[in-house]
Amino acid sequence: MPHDHHDHLSPSGHPYRADDDHPLTYWQQMEIAIRELLIEKNIATAAEIAAQIDAMDARSPANGAAVVARAWTDPAFRNDLLADAGAASAAMGYDIGPMKLIAVENTPEVHNMIVCTLCSCYPRNLLGLPPDWYKSRAYRSRAVKEPRKVLSEFGVTLPDATTVRVHDSTADMRYIVIPARPAGTDGLTADALAALVTRDSMIGTGLPKTVQDS
Amino acid sequence: MEHEAEKMAGRRWHDMGGDAAGPVPTEQHDFSLWEKRVDALMVISSSKGYFTVDGLRRVLEDMGEEAFETMTYYERWIASVNQNLLEAGVYTPAELGARMSEVAARGETYGEACDG
Repeated sequence: MPHDHHDHLSPSGHPYRADDDHPLTYWQQMEIAIRELLIEKNIATAAEIAAQIDAMDARSPANGAAVVARAWTDPAFRNDLLADAGAASAAMGYDIGPMKLIAVENTPEVHNMIVCTLCSCYPRNLLGLPPDWYKSRAYRSRAVKEPRKVLSEFGVTLPDATTVRVHDSTADMRYIVIPARPAGTDGLTADALAALVTRDSMIGTGLPKTVQDS
Repeated sequence: MEHEAEKMAGRRWHDMGGDAAGPVPTEQHDFSLWEKRVDALMVISSSKGYFTVDGLRRVLEDMGEEAFETMTYYERWIASVNQNLLEAGVYTPAELGARMSEVAARGETYGEACDG
């Protein structure tokens, strides 16, 4: 092969998607045509589309991690978050819009995880775009049937006595998991705590890092 | 996919919670510019009232299981965005067809075809 693309990884360490350097596809052709028609018909501007992409790129699990760290350090905020996660996260600048957002808190007794069995609904305002596995048939099908087995594939093994609660999202109602605060983190600042909160810990397929990991 | 008839009663293909399936895939890709643009077109046209997330899902679900297995996520999304915009009367099939031909004539790659 003249090019071996397997040698090249993106800055985030993932392979570049093949369709970036393949001939134009039918669906890419359609996207360009629709975008141009929307601009010509004054439904959107090029600047608006670029700004929407920038806004999307700016949303990352760091948003959710800041919310979780504040819930760990500010009991009044934790209560607000559990009462109305949409309003509480909007107050921190992470507006979910008209959708309902529900925060579910992990405790020594209960471990929560989220899925969208019907499609790919996800708390984008707090976590950005969903990972590919979240949209996969395997995760959507199995998370509600054999969550412990799915968790084991993510390297998470919970005590038998822990209740596993799986929450199925809808287009109008999203969930975020508030992981349990790791032991040995007394006295850490909210910023230091946020660094322990991983994306998967807020989906429920992971646990926060411990102080030793970080 | 194998389903007992009884289990499938009242369920459509996308209602897959509880089905048997293989290991959760671990591959991840970075979203390319064209995929982000599809997402942005959906957000912008729905925020302006041309269609709703329910309209997006209706078409995705009606596209069926074969599309789910053979098309990528944002390929399915642009197909659905297109169907919804056609139904909303934003442009006609003829306008779309003419523009897609123009786009293809510009070059062989996505980058070349974007330079109108």
